[in-house]
Amino acid sequence: MSPRTMFESELTQLRENLKQMCFHVEAVYDRLFAALENGDEEGVLAILEQDSATREMEKRVEAECLALITRQQPMAKDLRVVSASLKVVTDIQRVGVHVTDMAELILRLRLQELSGFSGNLPGMVRATQHLLHSAIEAFLHRSTEAARTVIEGDDEVDDLFNLVKNDLVELLKKDAAEVDDCIDVLMLAKYLEKIGDHAVNVGEWEIFQETGNMRETRIL
Amino acid sequence: MDNIKIKTEKLNLYYGGNHALRDIDMSIRANAVTAFIGPSGCGKSTFLKTLNRMNDLIDSVKIEGRVLLDGEDIYAPKVDTTLLRKRVGMVFQQPNPFPMSIYDNIAYGPRIHGIRKRAELDGIVERSLRGAAIWNEVKDRLHKPALGLSGGQQQRLCIARALAVEPEVLLMDEPTSALDPISTLKVEELMGELKKDYTVVVVTHNMQQAARVSDDAAFFLVGEVIEFDSTINLFSRPRDKRTEDYITGRFG
Repeated sequence: MSPRTMFESELTQLRENLKQMCFHVEAVYDRLFAALENGDEEGVLAILEQDSATREMEKRVEAECLALITRQQPMAKDLRVVSASLKVVTDIQRVGVHVTDMAELILRLRLQELSGFSGNLPGMVRATQHLLHSAIEAFLHRSTEAARTVIEGDDEVDDLFNLVKNDLVELLKKDAAEVDDCIDVLMLAKYLEKIGDHAVNVGEWEIFQETGNMRETRIL
Repeated sequence: MDNIKIKTEKLNLYYGGNHALRDIDMSIRANAVTAFIGPSGCGKSTFLKTLNRMNDLIDSVKIEGRVLLDGEDIYAPKVDTTLLRKRVGMVFQQPNPFPMSIYDNIAYGPRIHGIRKRAELDGIVERSLRGAAIWNEVKDRLHKPALGLSGGQQQRLCIARALAVEPEVLLMDEPTSALDPISTLKVEELMGELKKDYTVVVVTHNMQQAARVSDDAAFFLVGEVIEFDSTINLFSRPRDKRTEDYITGRFG
């Protein structure tokens, strides 16, 4: 049925490279919090080095998407898959940047345990990790149902952000000397919340690549 | 409601025992470019030719149903096919200029329709050549043989020749398949200009061309119209699996 073997194989290669990039960024996220838990400063420092690798992967996927559009002129569902990949790669790259930003904050915080600032933070770290993972799985396995679950699941991360913020306010009321650290922790929580937003975007691009709709509005 | 120029109703066409077009109902909008796509033998060119009765010239053809031009059936007995083909002009795949000068190619149709005055013919020739975006290339050699032009110029000359009799509809049967890419783009650009004054219907094997030039598009398969929709819909979100398979190149 498919005489477009050249297109199919190039598309498969593109999806494979996108998958590698997603797995890379997820792994970096996991490594950051594992290093923090183990008090492994070298491990946290290593996270700062990964940004260029993510960017290289991003460039490669972008170049493959643009080459496919130029050479194969994909139509309909093919165009949706290629353009969704071109968008998702940006979201994943931003997640990578936020992980690097969090690594810098963690170093500034001298690898203090996050639960010391807010009992809700470890839960927020897990919830965000889960949301990101689910979004990537939904996109790669092309499940709109899983994508909808991701989009709804972001409320949990947002709620946790507000709880963390309240915890930090309470902490500051008791001990104003911790203000620098508290602000860093708040920023770290904000990065987690932003990663949740990118996970939602990835979920939305999954729905787009199946339906052509973005947030219930047709865009292709 | 858009202004409908041509409407077909339950159009069926048989080449002897071969049922080549099946129950085609289509409304073609005025001042729009409508493209027909589909694999070879799907009936798209046959259907195009029913729109100005070019199939009448083939003995074994039998046609049922109606083709309405501005609401009037072009297959009604009283219809004068010469006048019909003046209103519904045609441009073919191979450029086919007459073996005469550029000027005489354009003036040929108007002369047949009784125009004799030199000044009037001069006006028609210039207007037609301008309309087909070839005036600047030929204005200094109007009395040279048309066959000395390049293929792309010859095809635009043929379009100019079709325009000279002031048609309302222009049928184009794979008008660029014999042209190089630059000439192809010129003809495509021209279609966009022509639709301001004419209704353009084009058969093309080149799907990207259909996507570029047309406002509406129909996908034909074994004598049936599988899907007819706005071009953006047909090429981005076809409703029928067979259309999707064809436009994404996964057809049979």
